[in-house]
Amino acid sequence: MKALRTEDMTLNMGPHHPSTHGVLRFILTSDGEVVHSCRPDVGYLHRSIEKIGEIMTYIGFMPYTDRVDYVCAMNANWGYALAVEKLAKIEVPRRAEFLRAIVGELNRISSHLVALGTMAMDLGAITPFPWALRERERVNDLFEEICGARLTHNYVWIGGVAFDAPDGWLEKVRRFIDSFEKMIPEFNRLITGNKIFHERLVGVGVIDRKTALAYGISGPNLRASGVDWDIRRDIPYGIYPELAFDIPIGGDALGCIDDGYARFVIRVREMEESLKIVRQCLDRFPHEEKEHRTRIRKVKPPVGSVYVASEAPRGELGFFIVSNGTEKAERMRIRTGSFTAMSVVEKIAPGLMVADLVALIASLDVVAPEIDR
Amino acid sequence: MQQLLDRFIESRGWTGDWAIELVYFLGMLFFAVALLLVVVTPFTGIVSWAERRIAARMQSRVGPNRVGPQGILQWAADGLKCILKEDLIPEDADRILFTAAPYLVFCGLFGAFAVLPFSEHLVIADLDAGAFYVMAITSLVPLGIIMSGWASNNKWSLLGGMRSAAQIISYEIPAALSLLAVVLAAGTLSLQGIIRAQGWSPADWFLFRNPFLFTGFFYFFVANLAEGNRTPFDLPEAESELVAGYSTEYSGMRFAFFMLAEWANLYVVASVVNVAFLGGWNVPPIAEGVVLTILQMVVFAAKSLVLVFVIIWVRWTLPRLRVDQMMLLCWKYLVPLSFLNVLGTAVWMMIVPEGSAAGRVASWLLVLVGLSLSGLFGLRVRKNLKDADVGRLYLNPFS
Repeated sequence: MKALRTEDMTLNMGPHHPSTHGVLRFILTSDGEVVHSCRPDVGYLHRSIEKIGEIMTYIGFMPYTDRVDYVCAMNANWGYALAVEKLAKIEVPRRAEFLRAIVGELNRISSHLVALGTMAMDLGAITPFPWALRERERVNDLFEEICGARLTHNYVWIGGVAFDAPDGWLEKVRRFIDSFEKMIPEFNRLITGNKIFHERLVGVGVIDRKTALAYGISGPNLRASGVDWDIRRDIPYGIYPELAFDIPIGGDALGCIDDGYARFVIRVREMEESLKIVRQCLDRFPHEEKEHRTRIRKVKPPVGSVYVASEAPRGELGFFIVSNGTEKAERMRIRTGSFTAMSVVEKIAPGLMVADLVALIASLDVVAPEIDR
Repeated sequence: MQQLLDRFIESRGWTGDWAIELVYFLGMLFFAVALLLVVVTPFTGIVSWAERRIAARMQSRVGPNRVGPQGILQWAADGLKCILKEDLIPEDADRILFTAAPYLVFCGLFGAFAVLPFSEHLVIADLDAGAFYVMAITSLVPLGIIMSGWASNNKWSLLGGMRSAAQIISYEIPAALSLLAVVLAAGTLSLQGIIRAQGWSPADWFLFRNPFLFTGFFYFFVANLAEGNRTPFDLPEAESELVAGYSTEYSGMRFAFFMLAEWANLYVVASVVNVAFLGGWNVPPIAEGVVLTILQMVVFAAKSLVLVFVIIWVRWTLPRLRVDQMMLLCWKYLVPLSFLNVLGTAVWMMIVPEGSAAGRVASWLLVLVGLSLSGLFGLRVRKNLKDADVGRLYLNPFS
């Protein structure tokens, strides 16, 4: 009997696909449900932010960094501010450092909440998503109170922060972390310990240590692969050296390593660590110091270049700036965690099922604007 | 209605005054169908509203609360919107199949209502092969879904249709086998007969008749969840994987038909489980006449709606299984176990005759098991509520 001729199906996943988190596109070839190859096609959200960085002044570029990753704008602001401050040798008041750490960690929590909620939603569990967003709203309320914006904050400025904390804001933060601490076990009961959720994520989308390092994966995804690396501890910035916190590593979290479940659990545990950091910042907050910003008219760094990396929720967020001695940068380059995470999909995807591919993309927590910039 | 059908079947030779018979028969049929649609459609709509409100409550949202009191007429507004929308048919779609598919799905589910009893006397047709009829007519649904998936000329729709076909055909087997065990115990295929074989007290329900039927209840429920494309088995329309599955290309009223069928299915599933295992409309003999009928309707609807609630609850709690895991669950666990059920029920009926003292003791023991299981569940819920910071969730569900 003559064998039936079969051929692979080319599937176009995105840019409008619901689980591609913004506008990503994957070109899949699949045999029914089994993916044979998967080519990420990035660039649908390219807004030339790096080029804009070269035509704006250093100060004027700050609001654009919000848009690099609007899920964690505070961390993006902070990363840029760190780079410019190092380049132009600007001192930051201690009070500002504390405020930066507080908002940075709060934003890490809200960003991880989005990541966890969407990850669960991509696996078909809808309820964790509104639960996560409910908590995120409270973080947004706090941000709105301190800087007037809920999404693109433009709060961390070069030389400090834009506004001092209003009266009673720190108490509100403390109230939030006290109640959020109880929310995490609740969230875990809802989804983290769910049997079907285990089935869907354990052993799915395994990125081993070698591959993770080779592809330059960073942040929680790298730590889920068992690499003990966190820029907050290893290349410290801000007031992180003064704070005590743990770095959750894959393998110690419920014994899972490398897979989607490890990436999920790592993020849950990082939220707990962020709470610890915020609590310490609140306890040690320098109330006696009043200055929250070094007043600067103009940022005109000397000729030279700098690369400063910071630990954003999606991994290493690095700004490489070449200065030519004027108010505008000669060259601006942004290194983001999502971009490298996206690149590994092509390697991991073959052999997965379509549903697993969705789980893999979700567990890498990629955010489209951060990939394309 | 049943006599009518019987007469129709008997008078196949068209003897006598067949023209008048035929007109009379068609008139009655039309009347029955119209009544069914008028009753069932709003009911389905209200189930959809209930699902959305319950889901909203579980997710700390408000949900639809604008149309009518508490938003109870939301389904009517949605229906009106869908009628007014453009009915879009993709250029490359197979027009005939594409347009026919929603009606097939719709007919499959609404046909099932024909044998679903609402009380002892309130049933459109008490067919001798009622259980068989339900299984058969609901099998039209996967046909419609595959047709829609194929005719849409969209790869995601096709994947959804194929998933649905594989899923529903697989899960028919454990569902049918579990129902077969019930039929064994009842000695009849008629849904009314199955209910009559049970009693009003839980110990008389088939759920607690013997250990095999007790476990069979869960197989049947899970298999029916899968047949109804409900989470954790909602793979055919997995919105995060397949966009919207087989209904991706549909719009307007055709899309509404799919949704209507989905929610009608919710009630069909709950009712069939109710009939087979939970004693249906059986009430204690405390009334007669119209009061009895009303009481039976209330009891039947209440049991079914509790099951509907459980299905909704499951949907908004659990993630979705993967295709292979779903198939594995069916073929490796549910099918062998439900075979075992049929055998076990038969053997049990041989050893412990119906109505014997041993049978009663076993029933009551199983009732105790059921009660303690729900008690344990209640304790767990109480502990979780205590751990959770409930006061913080300030949202008022009835706002």
